Amino acid sequence: MALTRFSIPRFGRSRAEWQRRLRVTPWSFVAAVVALLLLLPIVSILTGLLGGGSETWVHLRGTVLPEIVWNSLLLVVLTGALTLALGIPTAWLVSTSEFPGRRIFEWALVLPLAIPTYIAAFTYAELFSHHGLLEPLFRLILPEAQVPQVRAAFMSLPGVAFVISVVLYPYVFLVSRASFLKQSGGVLETARTLGRSSWSLFFRVALPLARPGIVAGLTLVLMEVLNEYGAVKYFGVSTFTTGIFRAWFSLGDTPAALRLSAWLLGIILVLILLERSQRGRARFDDGSARPRPVPRVPLRRGMGFLAFAVCAIPLILGFVLPATQLLAWGLPLAGNVLNPRFLRLAANSFGLASGTAVVVVGLAVLLVYATRLSSSTWLRGLVRVSGLGYAIPGAVVAVGTLIPFLWLDRHIALGVRGWTGGSLGLILTGTLFALVFAYCVRFLAVALNPVEAGFQRVCGNLDESARALGASPLRTLLRIDAPLLRGTLLSAGILVFVDVLKELPLTLLLRPFNFDTLATRAFQLASDEQLAHSAIPALLILLVGLLPVLVLSRLSGSRSK
Amino acid sequence: MGGLYNAPVAVEIRSQQGSVPSRGVLPGLVRSNPLFQVRLSMHRRLVPFVLAAALVPLSACGKAEDSVVNVYTHRHYDTDQALFDRFTELTGIEVRVVSASADELISRLEREGAASPADLLITVDAGRLHRALDRGLLQPVRSEVVNAAVPADLRDPDGYWVALTRRARVIVYRKDRVQPDEIPTYESLTDEQWLERIVARSSENIYNVSHLASLIAAHDTTVAEVWARGLAANFARAPQGNDTDQIRDVAAGVGDLALANTYYLARLLASEDPASRRVAESVGIVFPNQLGRGTHVNVSGVGITRYAPHPQNAQRLIEFLVGEEAQLAFARDNLEYPVRTDVPWPEILVGWGEFRADPLALNRLGELNNEAVRAFDRAGWR
Repeated sequence: MALTRFSIPRFGRSRAEWQRRLRVTPWSFVAAVVALLLLLPIVSILTGLLGGGSETWVHLRGTVLPEIVWNSLLLVVLTGALTLALGIPTAWLVSTSEFPGRRIFEWALVLPLAIPTYIAAFTYAELFSHHGLLEPLFRLILPEAQVPQVRAAFMSLPGVAFVISVVLYPYVFLVSRASFLKQSGGVLETARTLGRSSWSLFFRVALPLARPGIVAGLTLVLMEVLNEYGAVKYFGVSTFTTGIFRAWFSLGDTPAALRLSAWLLGIILVLILLERSQRGRARFDDGSARPRPVPRVPLRRGMGFLAFAVCAIPLILGFVLPATQLLAWGLPLAGNVLNPRFLRLAANSFGLASGTAVVVVGLAVLLVYATRLSSSTWLRGLVRVSGLGYAIPGAVVAVGTLIPFLWLDRHIALGVRGWTGGSLGLILTGTLFALVFAYCVRFLAVALNPVEAGFQRVCGNLDESARALGASPLRTLLRIDAPLLRGTLLSAGILVFVDVLKELPLTLLLRPFNFDTLATRAFQLASDEQLAHSAIPALLILLVGLLPVLVLSRLSGSRSK
Repeated sequence: MGGLYNAPVAVEIRSQQGSVPSRGVLPGLVRSNPLFQVRLSMHRRLVPFVLAAALVPLSACGKAEDSVVNVYTHRHYDTDQALFDRFTELTGIEVRVVSASADELISRLEREGAASPADLLITVDAGRLHRALDRGLLQPVRSEVVNAAVPADLRDPDGYWVALTRRARVIVYRKDRVQPDEIPTYESLTDEQWLERIVARSSENIYNVSHLASLIAAHDTTVAEVWARGLAANFARAPQGNDTDQIRDVAAGVGDLALANTYYLARLLASEDPASRRVAESVGIVFPNQLGRGTHVNVSGVGITRYAPHPQNAQRLIEFLVGEEAQLAFARDNLEYPVRTDVPWPEILVGWGEFRADPLALNRLGELNNEAVRAFDRAGWR
């Protein structure tokens, strides 16, 4: 099998070991084909790298590259730290303590996920402007002359990091809460009886146990940060994404843009590998088939108030403030802007997002399960790499998708003409097909990470028992793993749903004629500098996203009963 | 997740301990139980149906029709959609639209080649039209109607593109801090007296790029780069936001001067929101370089794509868009300058008066685009 060449030869392995590692089963074959298909856009982009350094590349390297690299790294570090700081303590508090408002925070802390980053950026710029909602506050604490300067100071790299963090921390919150809730009370109690204080319990036991989940959530955040375009562009911060757009579209030099994309991919690969290698051979499943839930500790009054504040801050920053600003913009205009066309937009958005979510989760399960079945390293590597699309800016994925699909379209059209004499048009790129495929490339990681983390928590013994008792891999998947993972799969699906709902550049470029979604409408109004008008579709995105986000919160928060 | 996590596990453990399994994974039990057989095969049988059901609506929209015109546009204005609707009403030709940034649409056109469904490309910048032309993506418009309606300097000499509207890049100043005669030219913006008094948006923006291209055309690359560096040295803050933000920041006193396209200020003046009107009324505009080459003017324009499947319909749509009705709508509703000379301007534009526009051939903006972007990079204007 040609595919086996992907493995890296190592010395000193027995023949049997080699055979085991290189065996190709139907599962691994199908998974490899799917992974390769999803890699097609990335590969078709990377082929542009073969050309060698162009003059544009030399120009970029000499002028903007150092700043781009520095800004991107700084953004990654700041956002990473901030999302962890907002996500983990809140998750720990709502899952292990009892304090006023806990039951509300449990679901409400996920709400910021429904706000697209670029809309958060626009609303925050308005909030911090001298005529925004926060203006009285600035007037109170600052000298008069400095009030107009607040916004200029805010629209900077730390400002972008702040805006991105307050709407993306729920990724970290969700996974850490799920991990904390699933931790066996037994483990924590053992640690407690061994004399651990509750601080050291958190840092030495609970946090390390929750690591795979937290890292999965953090990876999503960081990849999202690295391909963020709307917010960084509006705030005037140059990052890899703006650099790629500059090289590709402003300077018309595709190879230089690809070179930048390759750098970006390299950085992300290094991040992923670092974490993997540091994790080593540690296992994180709890071994016991039915972990006892961690009992919630009621907090004393002062501590309870503190916990309340810790949870209220992210919620206010990530949801209440932006939503209030959107309402303040949207309500006076609702009569003018809201019409039956919006119903159509909402239906388009909803249909597209839910359909894509089903497809993406299905693919993720296929890939992860096939990896689990086979012990081959090449498949594991391939699956890992196929999730990289999430880190590539949407517009780049879009163009990468067009290259192979247009080729296919042309050949299908020729074939059909030769066969029937009729014309079919572009059946892949002219329809939603290419768009949904590109979403799969882009959002596979969103489903892949939680599904992988979910499978890691399913004790391998269960699968092995079922297989030993004669069940086929498919039956084991459907009868054992799928029921165990139902919640995980639904959560993964909802994450993809929300992401597709918010997605912009890819949708803009690949959608068929006359196909608008709420996101494209909001963007059109915003890019036309009619921010107030764009608040209406933005609010609708929020509404459509709210219900699934709440379900998601319920799912990942349900306790072991 | 938790509840679901546990239930079947418990069952399995019980079965291993020897109690009677109610449902489980024991293969004998599964095989002997017809219920499971049915359910499993149901799964298998359903899969193709689900897939087919998902794909049918995907492919249903590819039908070919003759009374349509397909438009790739970078103009995201409601005015345009209203005009397209009106065109359909008049001619029965359906207008189908994909709107995205011109750069990405050009990239898509290039990839699509002869298979492209697009008939028209509409951009908000002459440089982009030239880029499409340069890459062989357009075909000439041959229409007496168009030639009669649009002055020759607002069309490509060979007819590859036609301007739809004009927009002037003017200097916006704060009325109580600046006298308009202090800033007669773009070049005067680099004076030391404006230190920390100018606000600007990112050089990544196409309006800035085309403007710098016009400076390169007027002088040379070095002078333009020195100009960009000098202007950047006068920034009151790092470049950020959009044109409207620059105007608002001037009104708020973050800076005293900004560059902006005319219709953004006009829109604020015409706004229903009193706060926006106050912003617009506290600033004034200067049409720079009136004694020299004239104010930098860019156009939004349209071209027929090289492989347009419906070239006749495309030409009819262009003729409609440069017609009196559409030109009036562009001016009245979107406050851009019409390309027709026989269409009345709205009150706000009349109030600003006539001005001398830089007569530079608009294709030059496209030819010098790359050089302008690089000059910005070297000058450190981000």
